[in-house]
Amino acid sequence: MTALLDIRDLHLSMHSFEGAAKVLSGVSLSVEKRQIWGLVGETGCGKSLTGLSVSRLVRTPPAEYTGGQILLDGTDVLGLSEPQMRALRGRRVGMIFQDPTTNLNPAFRIGTQLMDVALAAAKHDPAILGLQPGAGRRARKQAARKLAIAMLTEVGIPAAESRLDDYPHQFSGGMRQRVLIAMALIGRPDLLIADEPTTALDVSVQAQILTLLKQMVAAHDMGVVLITHNLGVVAQTCTHVAVMYAGTIVEKGPIEAVLADPAHPYTQALLRAIPDRSVKRGQLQGLAGAVPNLIHPPPGCRFAPRCALARPSCLEGPPPVHTRAPDHAVACPVVKEVQNA
Amino acid sequence: MLEIENVSRVFAERKGMFGTSPGVRALHEVSLSVRKGESFGLVGESGSGKTTLTRQILRLDTPTSGRILFEGEDMARLSPAALRALRAKVQIVFQDPYASLNPRMSVHDIVTEPMLIHRGILGLNRQQRTDRAAELLDLVGLGPQHLYRHPHEFSGGQRQRICIARALAPGPSLVLLDEPTSALDVSVQAQVLNLLIELQQRLGLTYFFISHDLGVIRYLCDRVALIYRGEIKEQGETQRLFDAPESDYTRSLLAAMPPDVRRVAGR
Repeated sequence: MTALLDIRDLHLSMHSFEGAAKVLSGVSLSVEKRQIWGLVGETGCGKSLTGLSVSRLVRTPPAEYTGGQILLDGTDVLGLSEPQMRALRGRRVGMIFQDPTTNLNPAFRIGTQLMDVALAAAKHDPAILGLQPGAGRRARKQAARKLAIAMLTEVGIPAAESRLDDYPHQFSGGMRQRVLIAMALIGRPDLLIADEPTTALDVSVQAQILTLLKQMVAAHDMGVVLITHNLGVVAQTCTHVAVMYAGTIVEKGPIEAVLADPAHPYTQALLRAIPDRSVKRGQLQGLAGAVPNLIHPPPGCRFAPRCALARPSCLEGPPPVHTRAPDHAVACPVVKEVQNA
Repeated sequence: MLEIENVSRVFAERKGMFGTSPGVRALHEVSLSVRKGESFGLVGESGSGKTTLTRQILRLDTPTSGRILFEGEDMARLSPAALRALRAKVQIVFQDPYASLNPRMSVHDIVTEPMLIHRGILGLNRQQRTDRAAELLDLVGLGPQHLYRHPHEFSGGQRQRICIARALAPGPSLVLLDEPTSALDVSVQAQVLNLLIELQQRLGLTYFFISHDLGVIRYLCDRVALIYRGEIKEQGETQRLFDAPESDYTRSLLAAMPPDVRRVAGR
């Protein structure tokens, strides 16, 4: 069975004046329907670029894919033409971004913006509007309006029909994010990429949006990649988690396995930095050092320069990935030795 | 140290080009007291009045009614000279370290500027100011070798350390921290929080810590107040408030917190 999304050994370089930065180096991730994958890591580790690559929204140049595949239901997205991509975006892959205030056009009513997306998606799949192919313009518009109302209701916007003619500024941050979720789902995508969807929101609103996201996954049989730097959000929402560091995935697996038994030193360090209930004042542990320069990345394991367990052998080559438990993979040879000893 | 007594702030109705904007009651009868040497946390959602309250404390804005006493003196009754002196004692660190440092100024100029402004109080000459800037950089864990660099050469965490050094420059006793770590990664956040704890112990500072991150508040603060729509819903010892919340609002806010990651692992 082919996975919904299968990223295989993806390599991406960014060309700059100082040279080519290897921003993604061998990212592999496989997402099935009904799975919610959390993609976590510090700023600049390649989370967003991985997400954007799936709908090929990374501009090339300056970026260049130097290896790997992104298979969406078995089709390599990197080999598609731009018109083929356009048919796919919003239809097969929906996206939600961080800032709900800047992702809606302030000059248009939200109904207009939602209907635009629905009509564009319907060009490739008229069934979205529930119409026969060749239905008239008027019929299509009416159907799109109906669909927009249905979607807004589904994402929990009260009195959706009357709010269709409101402008974005008449909505609160949480409500705008709901509108954007409705917009991302209106084309019935199989895969949803949510890039920090709750970072700009208050905790109470964040909890509502994450619950909504989980409901939508169950209702529409989707797969989700949730990009965040907040492990709390991952714990609250996801079924699986992949931890990224400097353009590589260092650990991935089912959420219970990774959080109960974090194996990679970087995952452990991230968890130790969270102010949890059990942590007493002054006992929180930060992570010294900075993310390495990706133009001249350290040889071997990219985390080695900051790692307490690092040995000379860590710098020799890319760390081998070993399986710790079913589906729980870790890219660190030292952990394995410690475990076996 | 800081007494806020029944402070209200109402923004009056305004007529503008696009019609009338309604009046807003941003703060309503807010009373708080911050004790010397403690960390006091103020928690609230966006739009709850956190920033408006901070602006009253800094005297960047004037309450419609109520009093704010700093070390026993009513801030509204101070002479302009006394108010300037007070401003050396009350400093602030802002949320976004990318927006709160002038990109054209060197770290030296950024950190010495408050000493220049308050030179009448501090009485430091040029050389002494530079020396103190170097000391402050050391204190915040950056080191004097960074004195003549510019903000763009620093990461977010380092920039926030510069902002802290700048806030400490005029020798404040009260530091307002307005979401100082919400723009930072968790690993960096942990370092900055620990730095704040260390500085408080070394310098005997009082913190007024504004955040919407309850985890951070629990880690750092002795006492907390929850503000909602301009009113204080609950205040008390941090431990007590988290263990036995009294108001429904507190309970709903605690319920919305992401679960402890380590607990999820054990489920």
